[in-house]
Amino acid sequence: MPDQDKYNEADPLSEAGTGEEEMPSAVESRTFDLGTMEGQSLIKAERLADHPETPAIEDRVVARSLWQDAWRDLRRNPIFIISGLLIIFLVVMAIWPGLFTSTDPLKCDLSKSQQGAESGHPFGFDTQGCDVYSRTVHGARASITVGVCATAGAALTGTVLGGLAGFFGGWLDSVVSRIADIFFGIPILLGGLVFLSVIPSQSIWIVVAFIVVLGWPQLARIGRGAVITAKQQDYVTAARALGAGNARLMLRHILPNAVAPIIVVATIALGTYIALEATLSFLGVGLKPPTVSWGIDISSAADTFRNAPHMLLYPAGALSLTVLAFIMLGDAVRDALDPKLR
Amino acid sequence: MSTSVSSASAGSRADTVDSSDAPLLQVNDLHVEFRTRDGVAKAVNGVDYSVRAGETLAVLGESGSGKSVTAQAIMGILDSPPGHITGGEIIFKGRDLLKLGSEDRRQIRGAQMAMIFQDALSSLNPVHTVGAQLGEMYRVHKGSSRKEATAKAIELMDRVRIPAAKDRVNDYPHQFSGGMRQRIMIAMALALEPDLIIADEPTTALDVTVQAQVMDLLAELQAEYHMGLILITHDLGVVADVADKIAVMYAGRIVETAPVGELYARPAHPYTRGLLDSIPRLDQKGQELYAIKGLPPNLLHIPAGCAFNPRCPRAQEICRQEVPRLFQVTENDGTELAGRGSACFFWKETLNGE
Amino acid sequence: MGRYVLRRLLQMIPVFIGTTFLIFVMVHALGDPVNALFGDKAPDPAVAAQIRAQYNLNDPLWLQYVKYMGNLFRWDFGTTFSGQTVTSLLATAYPATLKLTAVAFTIEVVFGIGFGLISGLRRGGVADNSVLILTLVVISIPTFVTGYVLQYLIGVKWGIVPATAGDPLTLQSLLLPGIVLASVSLAYVARLTRTTVAENSKADYVRTATAKGLPRRRVVINHLLRNSLIPVVTFLGTDLGALMGGALVTERIFNIHGVGFYLYQGIVRQNSNTVVGFVTILVIVFLAANLLVDLLYAVLDPRIRYA
Repeated sequence: MPDQDKYNEADPLSEAGTGEEEMPSAVESRTFDLGTMEGQSLIKAERLADHPETPAIEDRVVARSLWQDAWRDLRRNPIFIISGLLIIFLVVMAIWPGLFTSTDPLKCDLSKSQQGAESGHPFGFDTQGCDVYSRTVHGARASITVGVCATAGAALTGTVLGGLAGFFGGWLDSVVSRIADIFFGIPILLGGLVFLSVIPSQSIWIVVAFIVVLGWPQLARIGRGAVITAKQQDYVTAARALGAGNARLMLRHILPNAVAPIIVVATIALGTYIALEATLSFLGVGLKPPTVSWGIDISSAADTFRNAPHMLLYPAGALSLTVLAFIMLGDAVRDALDPKLR
Repeated sequence: MSTSVSSASAGSRADTVDSSDAPLLQVNDLHVEFRTRDGVAKAVNGVDYSVRAGETLAVLGESGSGKSVTAQAIMGILDSPPGHITGGEIIFKGRDLLKLGSEDRRQIRGAQMAMIFQDALSSLNPVHTVGAQLGEMYRVHKGSSRKEATAKAIELMDRVRIPAAKDRVNDYPHQFSGGMRQRIMIAMALALEPDLIIADEPTTALDVTVQAQVMDLLAELQAEYHMGLILITHDLGVVADVADKIAVMYAGRIVETAPVGELYARPAHPYTRGLLDSIPRLDQKGQELYAIKGLPPNLLHIPAGCAFNPRCPRAQEICRQEVPRLFQVTENDGTELAGRGSACFFWKETLNGE
Repeated sequence: MGRYVLRRLLQMIPVFIGTTFLIFVMVHALGDPVNALFGDKAPDPAVAAQIRAQYNLNDPLWLQYVKYMGNLFRWDFGTTFSGQTVTSLLATAYPATLKLTAVAFTIEVVFGIGFGLISGLRRGGVADNSVLILTLVVISIPTFVTGYVLQYLIGVKWGIVPATAGDPLTLQSLLLPGIVLASVSLAYVARLTRTTVAENSKADYVRTATAKGLPRRRVVINHLLRNSLIPVVTFLGTDLGALMGGALVTERIFNIHGVGFYLYQGIVRQNSNTVVGFVTILVIVFLAANLLVDLLYAVLDPRIRYA
């Protein structure tokens, strides 16, 4: 029999362990209990006290926090590793395209128009005689910039507005929700076609701003829902009862728990925003030359697709791969953060 | 290993129990495991119990003790994967259910054995009316028409004493109170007058005042239809009034079986003793309440020997080495106590309260 | 139920006003329609003034909006600068888009829910993984790429179906554009159905249905799928917007003279009446569809109905 004093010292809550209580077994708590650090050390101490002769009880049965659990899951998930590596590769390509090609994407030779691959030009040439490989490499910057900036903007706006609406409720909630509904009422591609066509100059930032304006309601809805769910949790009520102010409640107790679904949706949205930028450019209302963009290249290659498919397939492949990488990442993160689906 | 309890010792309720030899349900050496990502969780490790027609068996244990998993295995509603029955037999009315095909088992479910679940709100489909859900039993098993099924549903709701059944038959589950919903669950289980009902914590989710009503109703209907009842619970209070015999489960095993009165009076397993001692008692007001220390075992890593040994005040070296079988419990003079068994090497000491 | 419908209708009014006003502002505030009409030439001041008066362009924007909306309720969407009424243009354009969207929507619902159900019921199996990978690929490839590639392969190279949908539109010629238009939404529907089916298959009431001895088919269709469809229906409503946007792309690829084609013409020629008229109609359809979905939601989920 283990030393009673030691046991009590290690576990101030030992009276909680009555047989009458429904105590979740370690298997159950592993999956559903978002245990805190304190909880972990508590259980560890208990086990140490129970088995003084075998202190090395498996770490993996100890309850972990949601984020630790998710991270452990992600590290073992091949989809996460593949998409993560792919994204790192694409980001490097967007920042330093010079690492991958020394050919200027804007220096074109009309005599090479639509020619296939040759030495030094593995992807061939487009109608203007520009190097397709170089344009594909340089096109990453526009796509990644639009995707990352638009997502960051939409997620920030959406989380703040949706979060505040969910937290305070009442008239603020009604106002924010109706405004979100108004922006939600405009199908994004339709809105893009109308709004961007009336703006004469299409820089990357105009496109980013447009996506933020029509994209934030989606994230605001997710944020609002997540905050309302988190707000109703017992530990938030407990913190409130202990006198925590609104700011502290929001930042310390609600945000860490509400942020998971936002991250998931935002990651997937990032992929779709990249596809959206390309589609807008394809429709002629997104980015404009001389910006190098996959969407522009695909659009100009479309007419001659039957004669020179390589002009379309390389940028289209790069675009699809980028979108795929972000959506896969979002998927993997969702699987890791959503214990319900295990 | 002899665990089937002879009915003679069951006290005043014994006269209602069918004393013919073959029990209605006999579970022999049942093993169930869950194959999870973290390893194999051994949820049930050789459970034996039996129920006769008209008899009530209470299965007692903490969550994770395997009591609900055993019930799901009997019903054939175990989630598989991850759950797998790896051994044993479940003999119901002379047939081993584990050897039947899925269609045969389906026809038994609902018609010959039925289950009442803990949380009636989540166990009833929120998008169908209670009338439709009750009537479904008749439509599927008896081929009744929609009209007949609704008439039967109203009859059933009357039977479990739901007021104004006729008006409420088209209401949805969320429009009923917790107690009324549990009555609907009971009505659904009773619909085809099954031989066996398994009630998995039927009153846990209810208010204390409603608990007694629901339990009384269940006991009354059981007597009326002469059904076997397996009552799964972690609440010792519920058991005392309605059960004939008790099986206490711990870490997927039965650690003690006894007729209900004897278990309370003289437990023969330290775990049972601990459970009983942790009930607050009026005559011990002011004293510190006893608590079984530690946590229920992790089913992925069940302690070697007796699973209870890390929490047991009587644990000796042998308890860490050897798994105790279910010993026949006897009086000090060696006379067998009918229906009593304990899976503890020191059952004698425990029984005598040494 | 009545109160729920009324509440949704009332909530719709500010959204409708806000959305249409937003479109109106964007189109009118950012481009001068008169200058656009004359293109690069400097407009004759007298003619310009006359046009401005005719189209209320001298009024403050909000008044223009009010007058426009007033006309709208009399089914008067104004005339294009070339003299055609917008309503007649709509009448020409709408049937094609409606047919295309209907074909796509049917494909999306039938195959999306079908694949999702198969996938969700056998999670981790071969079918499930194939559906997961395929949907991921479909979502990742932008519609216009899928469109051109499929058009080339199926329409041109193998010649299975017509490569472009000519006039008159036949169901056969709309099949390929329909598949292209539906593809991304279909993938989302399949994934959403899979998730909800997988989630609900662990629900207590599904266990109850099994414990009642219902045949597997009845458990799946009557209990599992019926409940799982609630979020899917909601998605289908909001997704109609994506479908309409996608129609612009698809119509361009397959040369279908629908709303997208005329809208595109309107934008290129900066014909604000056409643009506002077409987009307003699309938004009304979208909002109406969402209202319909909300009502359907209440039909599917009694907990909403009686709330």
